[in-house]
Amino acid sequence: MSAEGVSLGKIDWKRRPVSAWRSDLTLLIAWRNFVHDRVRLAVTLIGIVFSTILIGLELGMLLNFMHTTSTIVDNAGADLWISAHGVRSVDLATPLEERRRFQSLSVDGVSIAEPYLLQFAFWKKADGVRETVIIVGVDPHAEMGLPWAMLPGRSVHDALSMPDGVIIDRSYAGKLGIDAVDQVVEINDHRARITGFTDGIRTFTQSPYVFTSLRNARALANRGDNAITYVLIRLAEGQPPDVVTRALAARMPDVDVLSAAEFASKSRSYWLFTTGAGTTLISSSVLALLVGAVIVAQTLYASTMDRLPEYATIRAMGGPRIYLYKIVVKQAVVGGLFGYLIGIAIVVACAYLARGSSASPEVPWWLALGIGGITVLMCIAASLVSVNKVTSIDPVKVFR
Amino acid sequence: MTDPVIAASGITHTFGSGPTAFTALRAVGLEVHAGEVLLLMGPSGSGKTTLVHILGCLLRPTEGNVVLNGHAVGSLGEDALGALRLRNFGFVFQAYNLFPMLTATENVMVALDLMGVRSRAARIRARELLTLVGLQHRLDAYPNELSSGQKQRVAIARALAGDPEILMADEPTAALDAENGLKAMELFCMLAHRQRRAVVIVTHDQRIVHLADRIVHIEDGRVVSPPQVPSPPPSVATGAAP
Repeated sequence: MSAEGVSLGKIDWKRRPVSAWRSDLTLLIAWRNFVHDRVRLAVTLIGIVFSTILIGLELGMLLNFMHTTSTIVDNAGADLWISAHGVRSVDLATPLEERRRFQSLSVDGVSIAEPYLLQFAFWKKADGVRETVIIVGVDPHAEMGLPWAMLPGRSVHDALSMPDGVIIDRSYAGKLGIDAVDQVVEINDHRARITGFTDGIRTFTQSPYVFTSLRNARALANRGDNAITYVLIRLAEGQPPDVVTRALAARMPDVDVLSAAEFASKSRSYWLFTTGAGTTLISSSVLALLVGAVIVAQTLYASTMDRLPEYATIRAMGGPRIYLYKIVVKQAVVGGLFGYLIGIAIVVACAYLARGSSASPEVPWWLALGIGGITVLMCIAASLVSVNKVTSIDPVKVFR
Repeated sequence: MTDPVIAASGITHTFGSGPTAFTALRAVGLEVHAGEVLLLMGPSGSGKTTLVHILGCLLRPTEGNVVLNGHAVGSLGEDALGALRLRNFGFVFQAYNLFPMLTATENVMVALDLMGVRSRAARIRARELLTLVGLQHRLDAYPNELSSGQKQRVAIARALAGDPEILMADEPTAALDAENGLKAMELFCMLAHRQRRAVVIVTHDQRIVHLADRIVHIEDGRVVSPPQVPSPPPSVATGAAP
């Protein structure tokens, strides 16, 4: 020990005001607190990761649910939809007179009006088991409402133009007992033939969409030659949608005229807020947020309590409360970010693995970022729960 | 003798209230001067730790006044007392209270960080302080890699970081063997005598009493004898007298 001959010079920074905001070490302390104890690190990370996964999967499934309930509307390419009065969701279509199409064409601003038919039907598999499907009838040469995301093979026009031709999504091939193109099937006791597959057109009802020509759809649905359920409208270039909507409504006061966005929103709202499926998903998403918050709060509280002796030492040395706030909050942010990165990677992997299923979670970039924000905010909020305990430490305790 | 850096008068402190109230200190008066090593001694429960808490501005007395460099501290708020401790006191805790996740250098840097000294300057200063206490070869060691004596020296270096006028140590030699205990006391004596700091040590250790400049005995919350000035044994060098 070099007790002799060494001098401590008087230092001018002794009288500087303490500025915890300018601290360089709080992040280092927070980081070391986080990684120092491997068991505690594992427990903290597992808590935050689990919370992220829970929130990510629930919100991802909710998003998928919202998209699939309106996927037909979202992808039809129509500016406006005309339906029978009171239709609450695109899948719950009711008959509409075909003359509505011609009435629509007489309104200024309407460029194209095309008939569209949606109808539930029974699909009979080779083993005699019946499945419920939704037949979607559209003119093979239509500009709106055609199946999208076609797999290589026949063009959509060729596939729909073939007699008895139907197109299904490949994710439902197993469910519907389909092995290959050109396989013959039975719908509502009528013969049909698989002429093409799509990729990724799913429904949340577990009743797959079966695209076919309008003429074929009427036959398969046992409906008359003029049966339709919707008229899809494309506006002339530069026409304001609200003006044309009002003109159509005035021309046909006994039908509903909605923009594609409005009809999609109406369809989503119906399933989300008025059915058990939607409310269950919403409530489970809210529960996931709450459970996630509780898990994070408990985890970070325990982690902070483990460090109370060190925080008491800082208080005894004269460290201001804000210094402790900074350490605790930074530790929460560090933990939140690491836990989130691991958790969201697992969520994305789950979404990828489940991509063929109708209940696969959707995790677009904005949702992933949003979950990151939620996780970090939850961590900060959780840390603030424990920070009162930290800042109220009696510094005398460190002398005992 | 110069004006005291700490002057405590009429210090009474009672824990709790009602029938369970316990009075730990009764009308204690004490002065601490720059350049001296003062030992607070007494049996367990005598009130010496409570007294050092009050002298170190960690605890407010129930009655009495503490004057630091001529200024009464009784009316100061919690944050002001914290700032006062930071600028005027260095504490060496019995259990050292080092941060287990930080190296020796970083432990000292925490105290400098609290003083507003930024990273590069703080690192240089922390290494100087660790060199002062003879730990230049253990700068990057974590506390669990250090012996008890080395941990205590890190704690002393940390206490010196703010260049305090007053050092307060709680049982600093309790966990050390005779040789390391003596070295620690020599360091405290050097800091008091050469650098004119006041050093207050709470101790039971009879092995170090000959190195003190004054000894105050406390029993049942009272100073039981006038401050004693021990006679150093001829074989021990304590550095220059204040």
